[in-house]
Amino acid sequence: MRVLVIAEHDNAALKPSTLNTISAAKKLTDDVDLIICGFECDNVATEAAGIDALTNVHVCKSEHLKYQLSEDVTQIVVSNAKNYSHLLAPATTFGKNLMPRISALLDAQQISDIIEVIDECTFKRPIYAGSCIATVKSNDEIKVITIRATAFDPCANEGGNAEIVNIDPIDSKGQSEFVSEELAKSDRPELTAADIIISGGRGMQSGDNFHLLETIADKLGAAVGASRAAVDAGFVPNDYQVGQTGKIVAPNLYIAVGISGAIQHLAGMKDSKIIVAINKDEDAPIFQVADYGLVDDLFNALPELAEQI
Amino acid sequence: MKALVPIKRVVDYNVKVRPLSDNSNVDLNNVKMSINPFCEIAVEEAVRLKEAGTINEVVAVTVGSSASQEQLRTALALGCDRAILVETDNDLEPLSIAKILVKIHEKESSDLIILGKQAIDGDNNQTGQMLSALLDIPQATFASKLEINGDNANVTREIDGGLQTINVKLPAIITTDLRLNEPRYASLPNIMKAKKKELDTINVSDLGIDIAKRVDTLSVELPPERDAGIKVESVSDLVDKLKNEEKVI
Repeated sequence: MRVLVIAEHDNAALKPSTLNTISAAKKLTDDVDLIICGFECDNVATEAAGIDALTNVHVCKSEHLKYQLSEDVTQIVVSNAKNYSHLLAPATTFGKNLMPRISALLDAQQISDIIEVIDECTFKRPIYAGSCIATVKSNDEIKVITIRATAFDPCANEGGNAEIVNIDPIDSKGQSEFVSEELAKSDRPELTAADIIISGGRGMQSGDNFHLLETIADKLGAAVGASRAAVDAGFVPNDYQVGQTGKIVAPNLYIAVGISGAIQHLAGMKDSKIIVAINKDEDAPIFQVADYGLVDDLFNALPELAEQI
Repeated sequence: MKALVPIKRVVDYNVKVRPLSDNSNVDLNNVKMSINPFCEIAVEEAVRLKEAGTINEVVAVTVGSSASQEQLRTALALGCDRAILVETDNDLEPLSIAKILVKIHEKESSDLIILGKQAIDGDNNQTGQMLSALLDIPQATFASKLEINGDNANVTREIDGGLQTINVKLPAIITTDLRLNEPRYASLPNIMKAKKKELDTINVSDLGIDIAKRVDTLSVELPPERDAGIKVESVSDLVDKLKNEEKVI
């Protein structure tokens, strides 16, 4: 058994989701390699070589891999996949975009978004927005899998001495071309990496009112999130969205403010360690998953909370 | 220009799905079925492109039992021109569905294939990308904006860090995210008209594809329940619990 993990990175550093994925791989075998496709990504390779859990770090560098378009990365991973029993990537937009292509070309039925490794063929994964958990067994020779990052602790990124192996790039077919990127810039932690998250829903009433959450977030070193209702109402951009179709998070503390608690939102945050709900509707379903519920008007509660922490 | 829109019949968005009592699978007896919400967005986008004169024909296709005709009629009522049912009573996996759609695309020679990024039953998020790889044509997944310019499409994609815009050569696969558009409701006259539109049925066995299952479902269970929490009386109570009992702030 040998596992190849596909690295998610931005040419400067590994994304934390890669470390969670390596942890999941370690539950299968001790023989874990990493593949990095990118451009001017030597720092990423050096960082990866220091991960104790890895044996080899394969690096494919080429200018056309700068934005890691899925068509180009797929070619490289598929041509380097033959000695592996499992291919793993995080179930982030990066992995979701890439892995089914690889899976189809290897004629394997991918298993998406696993939350537990039972054995080398058997895994648990949520279905129906997390309403049910399915235990599934793959009969494919090569298993192509994406990992729910919050379900696996990150591996240590030190103590290692993996060998860096350069691999030859494959020319792009030029099917897709990068045009531009608008990445959200914030001094706050990323949602998926934050210890504390404070999220607002439709009850916030406007985007301007999110400053009430931001004040508290800055005091706590927290990230700010939102429900789909708040995103759909145009209060905040989509990269704030926590839920089935947004980001899956599991911080130590999740504070849901003015969020009713639709199943699609719960799917994205119910594995948080402590959940706090602030809502003026005492029948809101969010209170069923909250460790601490406060029935109050958020416009009273938030300034008070900001003062007391 | 022709658009192919693969859609899926799924349990309605509002239904709370539970496992069967023997935990062998989910209980789908007597639950309301609908067109998958992401597929509805795909239909809407294709119909808008037709209304704008960019494309001439929108063909909806689904793979499923004869009951899926209901969702195809909905797609026709929303503005698709004709529909194809690839009939099977088996519950097929995304890889098999992608292989079936390869055949349909080859038959239809569509210029654009628009489909939902995931179905809300299996939450797999695979079919579009698999189809793109098997057809060796470009993909633009999780689209929140689509602009067709001649033989190319500019697509803005929702990614974890924000937005990315890519340019793809047609034919291409587009998978839809929530903010691409807001689907319309079908009007009564359009529902009546849809009944007369062409709906062809192909038996899956006539396509000569291996659709054997690769993944077995061993069991389906409810997720572990969270212990019931408590209501606090005031903000200061809350702060006290978080600081002194839980020590999380």
